[in-house]
Amino acid sequence: MSLLDIAGLTVKFGTDADPFIAVDDVDLAIDEGEIVGIVGESGSGKTVMALSLLGLIDFPGRVTARRMNFAGHDLRGIGNRERREVVGKDIAMIFQDPLSSLDPCYTVAHQLMEALAVHGTPRERASRAARRARALELLQQVEIPDAEARLNAYPHQLSGGMAQRVMIAMAISCQPRLLIADEPTTALDVTVQAQVLDLLLRLQRERAMALVLITHDLAIVAETVHRVIVMYAGQQMETGPLPEVFETPAHPYTQALLAALPENNRDHARLRAIPGVVPGAHDRPTGCLLSPRCRYAVARCHRQELGLMGPPGRGARCHFRLDAQGHPTGNWQAERSAGAAVPT
Amino acid sequence: MAELASPAIATGAPPGRFTEFWHSYAQSRGALIGLALVVMLVLLAIFANVVSPHPPNEQYRDFTLAPPAWDEGGTSRFLLGTDPVGRDILSRLIHGTRLSLLIGVISVAISLGLGIVLGLTAGFFRGLIETVIMRVMDVMLALPSLLLAIAVVAILGPGLINAMYAIAIVLLPHYVRLTRAAVIAEAGREYVTSSRIAGAGALRLMFSTILPNCAAPLIVQATLGFSNAILDAAALGFLGLGAQPPTPEWGSMLSSALEFIERAPWVVTFPGLAILITVLAFNLMGDGLRDALDPRLKR
Repeated sequence: MSLLDIAGLTVKFGTDADPFIAVDDVDLAIDEGEIVGIVGESGSGKTVMALSLLGLIDFPGRVTARRMNFAGHDLRGIGNRERREVVGKDIAMIFQDPLSSLDPCYTVAHQLMEALAVHGTPRERASRAARRARALELLQQVEIPDAEARLNAYPHQLSGGMAQRVMIAMAISCQPRLLIADEPTTALDVTVQAQVLDLLLRLQRERAMALVLITHDLAIVAETVHRVIVMYAGQQMETGPLPEVFETPAHPYTQALLAALPENNRDHARLRAIPGVVPGAHDRPTGCLLSPRCRYAVARCHRQELGLMGPPGRGARCHFRLDAQGHPTGNWQAERSAGAAVPT
Repeated sequence: MAELASPAIATGAPPGRFTEFWHSYAQSRGALIGLALVVMLVLLAIFANVVSPHPPNEQYRDFTLAPPAWDEGGTSRFLLGTDPVGRDILSRLIHGTRLSLLIGVISVAISLGLGIVLGLTAGFFRGLIETVIMRVMDVMLALPSLLLAIAVVAILGPGLINAMYAIAIVLLPHYVRLTRAAVIAEAGREYVTSSRIAGAGALRLMFSTILPNCAAPLIVQATLGFSNAILDAAALGFLGLGAQPPTPEWGSMLSSALEFIERAPWVVTFPGLAILITVLAFNLMGDGLRDALDPRLKR
């Protein structure tokens, strides 16, 4: 049984009459010790999805799901108190901007020790000295130089990379079984990005944590992740194991994302960017949400919506699933020429 | 550059919060003067019995309206002269410092405490409760402050304690609005979210996570509010609604000596000067604090 098992997760904002669906019917299953990547453009609902797992979507947002289990607990309709016990200890999250994720008013030691006082071992809960020793040990585990001196530092005295290491130390302090990293390296410069990512992966391996890596950096995903979910406008467009998804994408969106990578554009004068932007709250197209931006779109795409199709664990939300050569399959050729003959 | 030379850096440990604060506070000369004056006033208030040459209410009937020592006909026994019933003005002023500071401390403490609770509640929970709190505050702000204070005193009855309550109520909306604005800005930050993920409850989030981060503007407003409170208390005293005679309160000293302004100007001048200096000192200190604490003005 999976550690985290979610089916039909939907997050809505706004009124019932005119809802904005930020996350639309997403399925997600994560096993112990697995690394799952969630990729997509800005505004595709990645962060909202993560927050909804933690019960952090406030009114007027509404979270519904057919199934939402974490380690045997049903997270739907769970009370605040119980949720704090389950989630606070076993799920941890790291955010994009490390400097704003640390409370500017308290020292690093104070912030590390705060969570230990509630979720730590009995010895740590009882003794301040034990918590402090543990905090120091955590800072050493995340490879902060001169950890002893950094214990008494305030967040504004840390560099971005160091602050992100402190965030990681805080996240692993309670031995979580699932770590959600929301764009953990986006705000850091490139050399530090690699170090922080290596650190995350080492900790994941050592502790056999499940890791959800949310990012828009496909290169990070390609190097690290076991399984990937490609999201667009709140829907999962494609899901499957790596490197299969990146080698033979089944969805035009994944294909276009990969084609837009600078390293795949060496021979082109211009970057092959995807035209247009992610649809906002009030300009959702009918049919497939990608249809206005998809190079393969035909009349049926603009008309008919569809769910994830294909074998379990390797689904794609497309009428004309791409084949191994990257060409649309099914009836595409015929429908394309029919559309060209009768322009609508 | 100066920071590089500081010993705290040389030992490798980051400088403490206070060191850093003092470094930027001490850059303003006005702030230092303000601080020195405030320290002096506090000392005067604490040691009023020791410092003042006479008891504040002792009437020397042979020396009514004696001019200050340096004036013609003045005596060194009464440095700043005496009032119409022969009380030593210097002693009364020194004892008045006590009252003024007390009024400042108590009314600022009441309105700061209430204001923080109301502002935190409004900013943290939002929705209907915020609307109710903020609209009530808007109504209070719409009335001129002295008029509102007079109305409150009229309801509670004149007296020093009631004047403090009145001033606290008048100052309240400023703290509520300030706290709410700061809380709203902080509540969306990621460290609040990460504290929630770690399992912090509403009270812990409000008072332990968010509130300390809103402290800087509140400290500044409290210091500036201090001088407002002293000024308002003097005004209420002047109108006969605050401290009652023979209490040596600066405002009531002014009003009881008003009719002698032509014949014995020192009787009104010195209480007025005392109010001026005290208010100025607290304003200077408040401005200095703002420069040192407000992150938007930093660097």
